[in-house]
Amino acid sequence: MTVDETIRQVLAEHARLAVPVESLADDTDLFGAGMTSHASVNVMLALEDAFDFEFSENLLKKSTFESVAAIRAGVLETTGG
Amino acid sequence: MAVEHDVVMTRAGEVAERMAVIADTVAGPAADDVDRRGRFPSETLAALKAEGLLAALVPLEFGGGGAGVAEVSQGLVALGKRCASSAMVVAMHHIQVACLVRHGRNDVLRGYLGEVAAHQYLLASATTEVGTGGDVRSSICALEVTDGRFRLEKQAPVISYADEADAVLVTARRTAESPESDQVIVVCRPPGLELEQVGEWNALGFRGTCSTGFVLRATGDARLVLEDPYGDISTQTMLPVAHLLWASVWLGIATDAVELARKFVQAEARRKPGTMPPAALRLADVTVVHQQFIDMVHSSLARFAAADSDGLSSIAFGVGMNALKVSASTLVVDIVRECMLICGLASYRLDTPYSLGRHLRDAMGASLMVNNDRIMANNAQMLLVLRGSE
Repeated sequence: MTVDETIRQVLAEHARLAVPVESLADDTDLFGAGMTSHASVNVMLALEDAFDFEFSENLLKKSTFESVAAIRAGVLETTGG
Repeated sequence: MAVEHDVVMTRAGEVAERMAVIADTVAGPAADDVDRRGRFPSETLAALKAEGLLAALVPLEFGGGGAGVAEVSQGLVALGKRCASSAMVVAMHHIQVACLVRHGRNDVLRGYLGEVAAHQYLLASATTEVGTGGDVRSSICALEVTDGRFRLEKQAPVISYADEADAVLVTARRTAESPESDQVIVVCRPPGLELEQVGEWNALGFRGTCSTGFVLRATGDARLVLEDPYGDISTQTMLPVAHLLWASVWLGIATDAVELARKFVQAEARRKPGTMPPAALRLADVTVVHQQFIDMVHSSLARFAAADSDGLSSIAFGVGMNALKVSASTLVVDIVRECMLICGLASYRLDTPYSLGRHLRDAMGASLMVNNDRIMANNAQMLLVLRGSE
């Protein structure tokens, strides 16, 4: 799976969005799409499991998880990709 | 912005002192009547308004006092010592003002802030809703905006002092299509505000806060919606300011109890000079805990003042502010109970100068208003992702 596919799969399983993950654009606001702060925690934990890494402290903020693009940037920053 | 002629605006630097004077001369003498009858502390609020103290947190350029949260906190400790119901009302008001100041940026909201200062408006809050199970971070009601005006109906299980307020800041879904978590805050004010009371407020403590339920119906200019999402307002301002100011009120309750206990022990000592009163050691013990409480409030205020917007949004800060609430609401009960052991039956009776009945009843509310279990559940969730050693 590509990074994007993994992110979308995690979102599908844990973000509890009000809309299907396939309908999300790269920059769709996930919080606007119904992801609660509790759900965002589960997304973060699932991403750490899927990519087998830990987000650094400076990435643990709401904006890191606000869109597919933001999550990808956070994942790439963490993996050094 | 013109200030109403009968308001003398108190500026930063004098806010805490003026609040303390009103606490001693107005709130204290009325406290038992407010408590017994479960009525709104009108005389205290009138006295605060006359000195411009409801706008203490409004910046100077909008005609307010220009004070910070720390100074208001100090004033609330003084007020909490004399009448905890009054202090809770004032604390809840200042929390709403802080949200307006920090998150209301458009011209209409800025203009409204000037009105709050000029007319000494009292602001109430409606964050909880029937059907959400006490979770303030989700709403069922939604704004309907047409032609630049909003319409809203909310079933609010509690709006404290709503009948006395000049406006209510209400949370709602952004639109009828928005998910429950996509919330905004809107200022609802007369003439577009209608409140239908549901039930009565006849509670163990904080009886003067008049926290009854309401069906709220409102219409108004859509620019009265605060621009920032409620989630951000909650994290950066409403939650920390609420926990800081509530903790200050509860510190006031605890402080008065400790002062009464000290007077009691000193009176005992005077009766038998040279003999250490039996409760003196217990007084020394409770004074240690009281000092912890004071230091915790002060350090939390400093932490809030030092945080930038990233800091305010950080998990460590949120966990810390939640810990403050849980700790303060627990300590106030512990301290009042210890002080009752020191004063003995004189504190249990309702007709002595050492009576602590009202203190105990008010203190018990602290852990229930936003239940500590809910706050601990939030912290448990945040601790799953907290990194570092903060």
